[in-house]
Amino acid sequence: MATAATAPAYTSSESHGATGLMSWLTTVDHKRIGILYLHTSLFFFVVGGLEAIIMRYQLMRPNMQAVSAETFNQLFTMHGTTMVFLVIMPLSAAFFNFLIPLQIGARDVAFPRLNAFSYWVYLLGGVFITLPILFGLAPDGGWFAYAPLTTRTYSPTQNMNFWVLGVQILGVSSLAAAFNFATTIINMRAPGMNLMRMPMFTWMSFVVQWLIILAFPVITVALFFLQFDRFFGTNFYTVTAGADPLLWQHLFWIFGHPEVYILILPAFGLVSEVLPTNSKKPLFGYPVMAYSGILIGFLGFGVWAHHMFAVGMGPMADTVFGVTTMLIAIPTGVKIFNWIFTMWGGSLRFNTAMKYAIALIGMFTIGGISGITHASPPSDLQQTDTYYIVAHFHYVLFGGAIMGIFSGIYHYFPKMYGRKMDEGLGNLHFWLNFIALNLTFFPMHFSGMLGMPRRIYTYDAGQGWETFNLISSIGAFLMAPAMLVFLYNFFKSKKHGEVAGDNPWDAPTLEWSIPSPPPEYNFAQIPMVTSRYPMWDITHPERTAEIPHSTKGWDEARHRSDEHILPGGGHMADMAPAHIETAAKTASELDIPMPTPTIKPLLVALGMLVMVASLLPFFAGKTSAFVVLLAIGAGTMIYSLYDWLTTPLEEAH
Amino acid sequence: MTSHAAAAEGHAHEHHYTTTGLDNRKVAIWSFIGSECMLFASLISTYLIYKGRSVVGPLPHETWTDPSTGAVFKPILNIPITSASTFVLLMSSLAMVLALAAVENKDKPLPANAGWWDRQLASSKLWLWCTCILGATFLGFQAFEFTSFVHEGLTLRRNLFGSSFFTLTGFHGAHVTVGVIWLGSLLAIDYKRGLRPSDTLMVDIAALYWHFVDVVWIAIFTLVYLIK
Ligand code: HEM
Ligand SMILES: [Cu+2]
Repeated sequence: MATAATAPAYTSSESHGATGLMSWLTTVDHKRIGILYLHTSLFFFVVGGLEAIIMRYQLMRPNMQAVSAETFNQLFTMHGTTMVFLVIMPLSAAFFNFLIPLQIGARDVAFPRLNAFSYWVYLLGGVFITLPILFGLAPDGGWFAYAPLTTRTYSPTQNMNFWVLGVQILGVSSLAAAFNFATTIINMRAPGMNLMRMPMFTWMSFVVQWLIILAFPVITVALFFLQFDRFFGTNFYTVTAGADPLLWQHLFWIFGHPEVYILILPAFGLVSEVLPTNSKKPLFGYPVMAYSGILIGFLGFGVWAHHMFAVGMGPMADTVFGVTTMLIAIPTGVKIFNWIFTMWGGSLRFNTAMKYAIALIGMFTIGGISGITHASPPSDLQQTDTYYIVAHFHYVLFGGAIMGIFSGIYHYFPKMYGRKMDEGLGNLHFWLNFIALNLTFFPMHFSGMLGMPRRIYTYDAGQGWETFNLISSIGAFLMAPAMLVFLYNFFKSKKHGEVAGDNPWDAPTLEWSIPSPPPEYNFAQIPMVTSRYPMWDITHPERTAEIPHSTKGWDEARHRSDEHILPGGGHMADMAPAHIETAAKTASELDIPMPTPTIKPLLVALGMLVMVASLLPFFAGKTSAFVVLLAIGAGTMIYSLYDWLTTPLEEAH
Repeated sequence: MTSHAAAAEGHAHEHHYTTTGLDNRKVAIWSFIGSECMLFASLISTYLIYKGRSVVGPLPHETWTDPSTGAVFKPILNIPITSASTFVLLMSSLAMVLALAAVENKDKPLPANAGWWDRQLASSKLWLWCTCILGATFLGFQAFEFTSFVHEGLTLRRNLFGSSFFTLTGFHGAHVTVGVIWLGSLLAIDYKRGLRPSDTLMVDIAALYWHFVDVVWIAIFTLVYLIK
C-alpha cells in the first residue's frame, strides 16, 4: 500500500499534546470530545441496559414481585429516555465529532468551544436526569411523557420535574451541536470536497443536523408549556380549563418522528462506510443514497400522527397519515437495496464491523416491515400499545441504530486509538448480541399479538404470554455477557490491540489518509480532492474508474486560500505520504494555529445546570434555596460566558 | 444563549478559507434562525389552536360577563397602543440598517459638501443607540401592557388565553431583551475601540437576529392582535 510506506505504524495519542484530567476538562479538540462522548454514552448504555434487565426479570414470569409498580414505571421511563437521549444520540454525536472534520478534510469543527459546551451540557444533563433513580425519584411518565398525565395534578411529585428539565437541557446540547456541525459541513470542506463527494456518513449526519435544528424547537416549546404548567400554574394541558388533551401528543410526535430518524440515519451512514470498504466496491447508487436520506428527512415531518391512530382523529386524518407513513418506507427500502447491491459481486471481508453492518440490514428490515403493518390504521388499532410495538421499535433501534453504531465502533476504533479491536472477541460479542437481540424481541411480536399491553408491571398466568415472556427475559439476560465481552475488548485493545497503521481496512475516504490516531491538527496540509474515493484513487484506481473525477472546486479555493492549503495545488497521491511523514511534528512546529484549551464551556454548562436545577426547590416551595441556586447558577454562567466571548479562540502567535 | 456563543466565536483569522466564502458565523446564524422559526411557529400555532377555547374571560376581542358575579370584562387587547409599539419596533429595524451601513462605510471619507445629516448618517454610535432605545421602548410598552392586563384580571393562570398569550409574547419579549443586550455590547465595543469596517460581519449578524425578531413580531401582531 503506497501510503503506508513511510508511515510510523503507531503514534500514541499521548504524543499529541497534554494529558491528565485538566487536559480533558479543557479540551476543544473535536477528536477528544468525540472520545468523551463515546465513553459517556457507553456508560449510560450500561445504565440503561441494567434498567432493562431488571424489567425483564420482573416480567419473566406472571405475578412476579421483584419491583413495585411505581419502580417499574420509573424503570421503563428511564430506560427509554436513557437509550434515546443519553445513548444513541450521543453515540452518534461521538461519530459526528470524531469523523465529520476528518471526512471533509478540515482541521476542526466550525466552533470548537461551542462543541465542548455541547458535550458538557450533555454530561451534566445526563447525570441530572439519571441520578434520581437511586433515590426512587426518577421520572415515571414514559419516555413520551404524555400530558395531562404528567401535569402537576396527576404527577404531583418531583419525579417528572427531572424529566421536563433534563430533556430541556439535553435539547440545548443537541441544538448547539447541530448548528456547529451544519456549519462545519456547509463551510469547512476541503477544496474539491463537493457535496456529491462527501462520504455517506457525513451526508447522513448533515441531514440529521437539519432534523435536529427543525424538530427540537418543537419539543422545546412543548416542554416549556409543561414546565410552566407544573411550576407556574398555566393551563396548557389542563383539560378543565378548555385545553386540548392531544396538544402534547401532537407537539411531541412532530418532534418524535423526526427524532427516530435522528437516531437511525447516523447508523445508516456508518454502515454505508463499512459496506463498500469491506466489499471492496464503491457504494452502489451513491446519489440515490444521498437523495433518499434527504427525502426521509422531509417526509419524516409529515407522518407524526401515526402514533395517534387510536385517539380517534377521524377517517381523513387517519388516511392521510397512513399513506404518508407507507410512503416513507420507500426511500428507506431503497437504502436497503443499495446496500445489498453494494455487496453484490464484491469480495467480502467478514470482520466484526461487516457482520454488524449486515446484521443492520437484516434486523432493520424486520423492524421496517412491522412498521408498515402499523402504518395502516385498522391494523394498528390491534397493535398499538401492545408488545408488538415494542418489538417494532427495538428491531429498528437495537437491530438498526445500535447494530450500525457497533459496526462503526469496530471499524473506526483503529482510527481513534491506533490499534485494532480483537476480532475473536468481536466475533463472540457479535454472535452473543445477535442471538440475544432476536431472543428478546422476536417473541414480543407474538406476546403483543396475543394482546399483552406495553408498560404493565406484571400479568396473570393463563393468557398464553408465559413462554414468550420467559424467552424474552432469557434473551435480555444474555445481553449482559455480550456487553461485558465488548467492554473488555474495548479497554484491552486500547492498550494492547494489534497496531493498525493509517489505513488498516484499505478504506477509500480521507480520514484514512492520515495517521492513527490523527495528530491534533488532523491534516498537515489541507487535502485537495478529486473524487469520492481519494484513497482508492491511489491504491485501487481500477475500483474508481467509473466514478467521476475532476478538480472542480480547486480554483475557487486557490483564490481564497491561505498558506496552509497546498501551495501549488496537489494530488492526494503526494499528499497522503506527506501527512504521514509530518505526523510526529506538533502543530506549532508546522505553524498551524490551534484553538487554545479552555474550561469556560464547562463552567457555562455548569452554571446553566444549576440555574435549571434551582426550579426543584421552587417546586417544593423553598423560595430561599431557589433564589440562592438561581443566583449562583446565573452568576457562574454569565461570568464564564463573558470570559469566553471576550477571549479569542486562538492564542496570538 | 447558544446563539450568542455561536455568533461571537469563530476563528480569529478573517481570511480563513471556507467552502462557501461566507464566514462560519454567518452560516451558523442562519441555521439558528431556521430553528427559531420552528420555535415561534409552535408557539403561534398553539395560541391559535387555543383561541376561543378559554372557559372564562377576559378574552382578546370579545366582552365576557362572569355568570356568577355579573362582572363584565371588556375585550382586553389594546390595538392602538400595540400599533404604536409595533411602529417603534419597525423603526428600530430601520435604525439597525443605518447602524450597519455606518460601520461598513467608516473608512470612506465624507464628501466635501457633506451636511449635518451626512455626518449623522456616518455615526454608528448614534444608530446603535437608536436601535437600542427603540428596542427598549418596545419592551417598555410590553411591560405596560402586561401590567395593565394583570390589573384587568388576565394572568398567566387565569385562562387558556392568558397562558398562551403571555407565553407567546413573553418569549418574543425575551428575544428582544437578548437583542438589546447584544446591541448594547456592540455599543460598548464601539466606545472602547471604535467599530471598524472589518467589524461589519459582527454587526451584520446582530442585525440579522434583530430583523428576524422584528419579523416575528409582525406575524404576532397580525395573527394575535389584528385578526379577530
Ligand atoms: C419503515 C419505516 C417505519 C414505519 C412505517 C414505522 C411506523 C411506526 C408506527 C405506525 C408507529 C406507531 C405504532 C403505535 O404506537 O401504534 C411506530 C412506533 C415507533 N417507531 Fe416506527 N416506523 C418506521 C421506522 C422506525 C424507525 C427507523 C425508528 C427508529 C429508529 C422507529 C421507532 C419507533 C418508535 C420508538 C416507536 C414507538 C414510540 C412509542 O410509542 O413509544 N420506527 N412506528
Ligand atoms: Cu413515527
